[in-house]
Amino acid sequence: MATITWKMEDGSEIAADVKNGLNLMEAATANNVPHIEGECGGCLSCATCHVFVDPQWFAKTGEIDDIEDTMLEMTDVEREDNSRLSCQIIASDELDGLVLYVPEPE
Amino acid sequence: MTAPIVIVGAGQAAASFIARHVALSNPRSVLIGEEPHPPYQRPPLSKKYLLGELERERLFIRPLEWYREQNIGLRFDTRVDAIEPDQHRVLTASGESIAYDKLLLCTGSSARRLPDAMGGSLDGVFTLRSIADIDNVASQFQAGRKLLIVGGGYIGLEAAAVARKLGLEVTLLEMAERILQRVAAAATSDYFRELHQGHGVQIHESARLARLFGENGKLRGAELESGAIIDADLVLVGIGASPNIELAQAAGLACDIGIRVNDFCQTSDPDIYAAGDCSCFTRNGQTIRLESVQNAADQGDLVARRLAGEDVRYTALPWFWSDQYDCKLQIVGLNQGHNHTVIRPGAGAASRSIWYYRDDELLAIDAMNEPKSYAFGRKIIEAGISPTPRLVADPMTDLKALAMGK
Repeated sequence: MATITWKMEDGSEIAADVKNGLNLMEAATANNVPHIEGECGGCLSCATCHVFVDPQWFAKTGEIDDIEDTMLEMTDVEREDNSRLSCQIIASDELDGLVLYVPEPE
Repeated sequence: MTAPIVIVGAGQAAASFIARHVALSNPRSVLIGEEPHPPYQRPPLSKKYLLGELERERLFIRPLEWYREQNIGLRFDTRVDAIEPDQHRVLTASGESIAYDKLLLCTGSSARRLPDAMGGSLDGVFTLRSIADIDNVASQFQAGRKLLIVGGGYIGLEAAAVARKLGLEVTLLEMAERILQRVAAAATSDYFRELHQGHGVQIHESARLARLFGENGKLRGAELESGAIIDADLVLVGIGASPNIELAQAAGLACDIGIRVNDFCQTSDPDIYAAGDCSCFTRNGQTIRLESVQNAADQGDLVARRLAGEDVRYTALPWFWSDQYDCKLQIVGLNQGHNHTVIRPGAGAASRSIWYYRDDELLAIDAMNEPKSYAFGRKIIEAGISPTPRLVADPMTDLKALAMGK
């Protein structure tokens, strides 16, 4: 179990306990986090679950593989060094307390 | 009090509509679905769900409680028998009359079946369209059993990949000259033929099924028009889907290859919208109907925005994906009307992309294990750029630079 916090640009926050093994795109939609769509269901084809990871946590979220790295090129809000597709971050005890910032497309 | 917005059909388009609708305005709405489940993702059905790698709840686009928390009226397991546009109401099979202010039809499409006369109702013959379809057949996907797949489209090919992984013997029949003929160029068909043959699938193209036969109602095998006999324990019928437009037709809405909608996803009745597989619209002078998550989600989203007063039109660029074995296929654009293609080699032997052109205009890309072609190709198409075939075919060409107009 991990408590994950999503922070919006307007300062609002959503926090939720997420079962180990679920990906954080699924967790976001289940908890009504805005701007996380996950249209492709987590198969790296839509880039609609883009998040910025709190830099302190970034290394713990795992490696970015080639496909994710490429798909991060087509996010609505331009990628930064701490960008991830949240469908590729899997909840685990090690991520308890993780903070994600949700970009808002224009 | 104003009547609610009523959504008929609880699939991807409905889920996408509701998510946007709730975020924007949230007047009352009622969701009516024939299946006992909240809206769920269909693409994993023929992939991870069939393989047993994904629990049912993870198919749900949002958990059931979410809809309750949003105060959506829910009628699952409920069929709508009629729409009465003049009365602004729908009638359910259970006898309920539900008034609507606006109506959204997301009735989807149904898998085509083989006629009974061809053995379509024998025990052991199935389609892959719903959770129930998979739940009924998954236990029979056992190593060593003989699976015959009728139809070489994406569903059939995805199921073939799962079946091989589970150790079944797989034969696939395609009546056209090549698999994927209806949806892709020969180069893409060639790639997937080789992929599946390499994994031990017997593929027969230009092979027409005469009939399936059985014993005491139980499937035994198939006879081809050539007279050849193929033994089978299971037959998957993957011969396409038909839009569910009967309700709309009976209500007098204009229908073509689907329920006809304008750029706002509005039907011929201005208070009735349609989204997803059941709808058809005009793009580049052609009437098209798409069976894809992208189309369902984007159209559902658009209807919610329209109802909230936004001035938006449906112009989304189509995209699509499929997973088979270790191959990730990603498609962007619509290849209808292409008159030539270009093959771009990828970094590995199993990676390449097929670029579709109509004369000088780039229309679409099939990218096999080649996400760069998909991601940058999408940007290239969106930007209205049509790089020359020579540039595309040259693996040294930097697609990112092309996408940025350099």
